[in-house]
Amino acid sequence: MKEPLTFQEKQILVSLFNTLIILVAYSYYLHSKYAAFTDQMLNDLQFLGKAFLMLIPITIVVQVVFLIIFHIVVRIISSEKIPEITDERDKLIELKSIRISHWVFISGFFMAMGSQALGMKPFVMFLALIISGFLAGIVSDIAKFIYYRKGV
Amino acid sequence: MKSEFISNKIRTQRFFAGEMTQQELADKTGVTRQTIVAIENGKYFPTLELSFRIAYVFGKTLEEVFAYKADEDPVLIKLKKSKDKTKPL
Repeated sequence: MKEPLTFQEKQILVSLFNTLIILVAYSYYLHSKYAAFTDQMLNDLQFLGKAFLMLIPITIVVQVVFLIIFHIVVRIISSEKIPEITDERDKLIELKSIRISHWVFISGFFMAMGSQALGMKPFVMFLALIISGFLAGIVSDIAKFIYYRKGV
Repeated sequence: MKSEFISNKIRTQRFFAGEMTQQELADKTGVTRQTIVAIENGKYFPTLELSFRIAYVFGKTLEEVFAYKADEDPVLIKLKKSKDKTKPL
């Protein structure tokens, strides 16, 4: 018999959904805003740095807003008690998933540095960092979900 | 990650404790209900600290709540095999 999703598992799915939404929205925003930009501007490190830093506050705000909405919805439609503590199992799962996501991000970081070592344009480094950052987030959520579902 | 060599009798102990709910046990041991469910289903092995706390709530010793079968432990089986290999004929 299939077990129903627990609160933590639902929260992870919401986080995964958020990450995908931010990825799509950010890609669309960059594409629409800077499609007309010249090749020279796309390889300007100052511009790339600003575009990268802009993503951090947006991600935090979107994640917080979605989590607040999720908590409100769960309280209204479900009788499930929302866990108020983070216990040893939660911490272990968090640590294990962070370890996996670090490897993903480090791989992306090496690819980004490799692209520069091979003389590629700075935009390639920027793309590698952005993609590996998002991938690390997605992999972390998937790992957490599997650990909660299958056991740790 | 179910294990065959470590098992527990938390469900039985909850029954003998007046059908204590998983939430009550979780509140008394300072963990979430989901963690108690995972332990009962063999999907999570609690730390020694939490194991003692669970046994304490039921007023039992660790051995009365948790069971360990050494002859089914894969690590011990592997160690035994490697020891047998190095044994002179």
